[in-house]
Amino acid sequence: MSFLFESFKGWKAYCESNHLNLYESVLQYEVSQKGVTEEEIWLGLAKAFEVMKEAVDSGLSEDMTSKSGMINNGAKKVYNFPVAVLSKEFQKLISRALAAKEVNSCMGRVVAAPTAGASGILPGALYTLQEIHSLNDREILEGLLIGAGIALIIEQKASLAGAVGGCQAETGSAAAMASGAIVHCLGGSVDQVFNAVAITIQCMLGLVCDPVAGLVEIPCVVRNASAVAIANSSAQIALAGVNAVIPVDECIEAMGEIGSSMESRYKETAMGGLAATLTGQEISKRVLIQDIEILSDEDLPE
Amino acid sequence: MIGPIMIGPSSSHTAGVVRIARAAIRVLGAVPDSVVITFYNSFARTYEGHGSDKAIIGGLLDLKTDDQRIKQSFEIAKEKGLEYTFKSIGNASVYHPNTIKLNLKNGSKEVEVIGESLGGGIINIAAVDGFKANFSANSFTLIIKAEDISGAIAFISAVITQEKTNIATMSVSRKGKYDIACHVIEMDSGIRKTTIEYLNSLTWIKELIYIPEIDK
Ligand code: SF4
Repeated sequence: MSFLFESFKGWKAYCESNHLNLYESVLQYEVSQKGVTEEEIWLGLAKAFEVMKEAVDSGLSEDMTSKSGMINNGAKKVYNFPVAVLSKEFQKLISRALAAKEVNSCMGRVVAAPTAGASGILPGALYTLQEIHSLNDREILEGLLIGAGIALIIEQKASLAGAVGGCQAETGSAAAMASGAIVHCLGGSVDQVFNAVAITIQCMLGLVCDPVAGLVEIPCVVRNASAVAIANSSAQIALAGVNAVIPVDECIEAMGEIGSSMESRYKETAMGGLAATLTGQEISKRVLIQDIEILSDEDLPE
Repeated sequence: MIGPIMIGPSSSHTAGVVRIARAAIRVLGAVPDSVVITFYNSFARTYEGHGSDKAIIGGLLDLKTDDQRIKQSFEIAKEKGLEYTFKSIGNASVYHPNTIKLNLKNGSKEVEVIGESLGGGIINIAAVDGFKANFSANSFTLIIKAEDISGAIAFISAVITQEKTNIATMSVSRKGKYDIACHVIEMDSGIRKTTIEYLNSLTWIKELIYIPEIDK
């Protein structure tokens, strides 16, 4: 049944003809791929959600300073700031995504979802969603399964790695997963879930991967916050039944096309964009190891 | 897609690095008491910023990829008396960009392991003691150093087949004709202790290293 995750169209058709909910088909797929029981899949998801919440909480309570010093307890500052730009909930949403991602930058424990660089987005989105709408864990775990299905298709049609497709592939995919999960958890239809993914991708297209000094810190941490905001704005739009016009499969194809024509300096090599700015290069000189041995020809390994 | 659960910041700089170390200590057969760690190429510059130094020490102490103590691995190494030295070499272009060489010592036993972190936590152990190895350490691995006699490959695979395990990959490299040959066999499932003991008892088999799943 691996063909199932080649396209959103195929996914929907499969679910319709087998009278399955989207998440049930992912559950079946996971069972068949990993050779484990449904029970074990649910347990694994529960554990993942546990670690996600733990990352948010420790990012908001423990010291989060990275070795380079570029990350310095930003999430806590945002969380505790007295002025809420929109609402208290929005402030919490943003600071939670920052928090989980800061934990990742500071060698704490996270869930790669889909990658470590994007590990603040689903935690921020789902933690806040559960709190605002008083959802039970089971509903959130269904959302995670939907997110996994979305990522499977994106991986097939484009990529999930910054080194292959730029940041759109990494934080963009995580935002799409979160957006689809949100719409599902709030009772949206299959088409609405897909629309949320399409709209999110439309918003994230073209984003390059340009981490300063090659470290997963700047701009990665703030991009986890912006991506979680886009996931929520797209979910709001899609839930209301607004159409993305360009179908989701085609949006993903566009992402793949942009990713493959992106120059390699925008793909995690730290040679372009923010990494190549004056300040970016200064930081890089400071944090990267300079006293490297350069071997003479005869000493080189063969 | 949801997971793995891991220590940040990046799967190639932390999870993969921890796994290289976990594979290496299984080659040694123990947690080392001293080690020289050489980071090559891209790793040479970035290992400190990404915390790969803590990750490699964590792995050498047998911590798993999701163990929160990795961040404090230097302190734990001190407690346990593990001595370590880091080196960086920038221009070993024959190696994969993210390569680490480990020279491990435990008492009088020494091994050298070269590992590559391929991304997503996936690794390749490229060499063991100068022999080409190329195994992923994802399943069960047997490394057998034996005299280079004819029929050795057929014999070893026949013994393993008795165990009803599937051989996923098998490679042989040798330093010279009729010298020592190194067999690296990746299997889908484990083999019994008696089989390992039997192989070990054969006079033409000089050394046998059995590496079960490194993440368990
Ligand atoms: S900029 Fe690159 S490293 Fe940072 S989150 Fe985006 S894809 Fe990952």
